[in-house]
Amino acid sequence: MTKVQPLIERFVDQDVYIHLETTNGAYASHFGEKPFSAGAYIRNGKIKYSRGKITGEGPYRVGLKMEFGWIYAEGITHWELDAKNRLLMAGHDKDGKLAVALQISETPFE
Amino acid sequence: MEKQVLVIFPHPDDEAFGVSGSIAKYIDEGTPVTYMCLTLGEMGRNMGNPPFATRETLPEIRKQELQEASKVLGIQDLRMMGLRDKTIEFEDPEMLADLFTDAINELDPSLIITFYPGYSVHPDHDACGAAVIKAVQNMPKAKRPKVECVAFSHNCEEELGRPDVIRDVSDFMDQKLNTLEAHKSQTAGLMEGMKKRLQANEEELMNWIKFERFWTYPFNER
Repeated sequence: MTKVQPLIERFVDQDVYIHLETTNGAYASHFGEKPFSAGAYIRNGKIKYSRGKITGEGPYRVGLKMEFGWIYAEGITHWELDAKNRLLMAGHDKDGKLAVALQISETPFE
Repeated sequence: MEKQVLVIFPHPDDEAFGVSGSIAKYIDEGTPVTYMCLTLGEMGRNMGNPPFATRETLPEIRKQELQEASKVLGIQDLRMMGLRDKTIEFEDPEMLADLFTDAINELDPSLIITFYPGYSVHPDHDACGAAVIKAVQNMPKAKRPKVECVAFSHNCEEELGRPDVIRDVSDFMDQKLNTLEAHKSQTAGLMEGMKKRLQANEEELMNWIKFERFWTYPFNER
């Protein structure tokens, strides 16, 4: 958390590209683990945030405050700053299944 | 014997489960097989514990696995179409059908294998199958290739009846298992359990591996 906070702040007040997704899987209904499949996905949303914070006891929550609103993700367990200087954060359940991802980049994701 | 087989699925590993035995069998008989794979499975959820990939490295891993699986099966013509996982149903159906029409015109397949629209659980599967059917339906009746569909929704047998094509692929069981294994980012967990069941010679599983089931799509006259 103490390592991620300055990385989130690195992108403050500049145009960045956001990848945000959450899902319980397209097969959730088929295999009956959940009453229905749900998920949401934004790739390369162009935003600017004035403040960003990571908090919680782990899994963590990350919130980004924009001029007119908010973006947040809950359940973050893993992160890395990759070779392209993109902050990749994700939340995986105990089986390793991805449940949520929040990524911030100065350049569009491919 | 088929002249040319065209397999069209949206995700790397879709070919492995119910179709890889048929692919291996056709290639063994000398029939060329083209595999059009629409996406690189960018939205796969099984990321491992600890995770072996990020959202950005997963497509590259799955691309390599797809190439490896194609090598196992002997597919000479693998076409990765560059669409994105979980977006197929939102694409323009005309654009998708045109993509398939172009391939059909080029390859002149005698058999196409895809998903049965409406009976294939994943929205990408259904949308892919629907666009293939649309492309073939648009052709003059005499020129249409056969289309064999994979279906696995809970209601498929109830509504479609029993599959009319049951292909014995028992001679290609090893290739099929190796194909499944090649997609390890998706199938590693599954394979572990499966190997144990195979050692126990579990009948239902053996049956699933040795026989592949398809529904021939009933096109409207025109």
